[in-house]
Amino acid sequence: MVAFLFPLLLSAQRFITEQSTVIFFSEATIENITAQNVKAKGLYDVSSGEIAFSIPIRDFVFEKALMQEHFNEKYMETEKFPKATFQGKVSGYAHGTAALQTVHALGKLTIHGVTRDVDIIGTIETEGGKLLMKSKFAVVLADYAVPRPQILWQNIAEQVEVSISFTFKPYEK
Amino acid sequence: MKNKLVFFLVLVSFPGVSQDLLDELEKKAEPETVYTTATFKGTRLVNGQSIETKGRGALEFIFAHRFGRLNSGAYELFGLDQAYVRLGLEYGITDRLGAGIGRNSEDKTMDAYVRYKFLRQHSGESSMPVTVTAFGMAAVKTSPRKEDVTFDIQFEDRLSYTGQLLIARKMNSALSLQLMPTIVHKNTVDPTIEKNDQVAVGIGGRVKLTRSVALTTEYYHRVGVPTGNPYFNPLGFGVDIETGGHVFQLVLTNTRGLTERAYLTETSGDFFNGDIHFGFNITRTFQLKKK
Repeated sequence: MVAFLFPLLLSAQRFITEQSTVIFFSEATIENITAQNVKAKGLYDVSSGEIAFSIPIRDFVFEKALMQEHFNEKYMETEKFPKATFQGKVSGYAHGTAALQTVHALGKLTIHGVTRDVDIIGTIETEGGKLLMKSKFAVVLADYAVPRPQILWQNIAEQVEVSISFTFKPYEK
Repeated sequence: MKNKLVFFLVLVSFPGVSQDLLDELEKKAEPETVYTTATFKGTRLVNGQSIETKGRGALEFIFAHRFGRLNSGAYELFGLDQAYVRLGLEYGITDRLGAGIGRNSEDKTMDAYVRYKFLRQHSGESSMPVTVTAFGMAAVKTSPRKEDVTFDIQFEDRLSYTGQLLIARKMNSALSLQLMPTIVHKNTVDPTIEKNDQVAVGIGGRVKLTRSVALTTEYYHRVGVPTGNPYFNPLGFGVDIETGGHVFQLVLTNTRGLTERAYLTETSGDFFNGDIHFGFNITRTFQLKKK
């Protein structure tokens, strides 16, 4: 009996984002491009390892208004594809250990309407009942059918670096 | 009985474990307001204004050119021998408030204007079908010089004012439409051919062809024009080409004026008679203040 009740108890071990930062960075000779987004949301089920993120594309803030407009209008086609999402499973995390743990998130990353299987390496640490999740990974623009922008005559890098930092708090439905 | 209970418990626990987290996340999302951006590529549609404002801290340099008439023949190289130029600067004071200055070689006109985007098209939690920008300009025609004319000409005689409401809707990512009720006040006019206050209603739009190229058109219909007025309604077609911080607008129009007074009340070409000017607007945006 207890064995069957166990999943019920575990299913309550869910965490939801309290704070989030998603930064992308692209290095180019003429000018480095960076944008920050604090509107991403995430849900993480510690017991099953399932995790989901949703990042609203139009909330990436650039230093230059025109660059932000071009990002949405010309490259990400935000009206058509308003969100980037990730859905998958975290492996290598032992809940209850406070120390920094290196984990893998295996799943489907959808950007610009294109879904790809990815394996993202990150870290999780516990701090006063909250989970701190961090990761830095590369996104190859061509993988997601995003055209490579040019600054003047020069293309920016083929891939951009994405850094994420999420603080999760316990979540009850 | 025991088996049934076990089955029941498994059933109950099932949704908790494997329910799609992403779906749940999307369901949880609070309704938000999504503001429409990039209704047009530039602050100019063809000759006239668009609802667009520059972002805060952005400075736009506008270099506009209208050549002579295409039907002026090979001797004038189909108009390319003549050129009317406007050099302008527009600055985004806030994301919604902009101010600009310029000088047009046509009648050596200096202009200064402000625009304020007081309604923004949005959808979501609340919705607004259109973006509305108010535009106001004052211009001074510095030609002819006092010493070059025999009649008495005062500074006030050179002034004109324009007030516009620019109302636009981005129908979808490819099509945007704009309506422009306009009034032009000229301090001094020849009353046999025109009035001091002149009203025009403009319509315009753009069709986006690719992510960097769009077709534009613009037409102003003047209302209550006195008989004997020799001028025409301005009509223009353009191609917008965008590359990074530049927008190139190539245009065909029946006016050589690049300020509101000139193209709205003094367009001398008959488009359908071939009095067409080739021209361009080139803009370059500089971000002076970082967000």
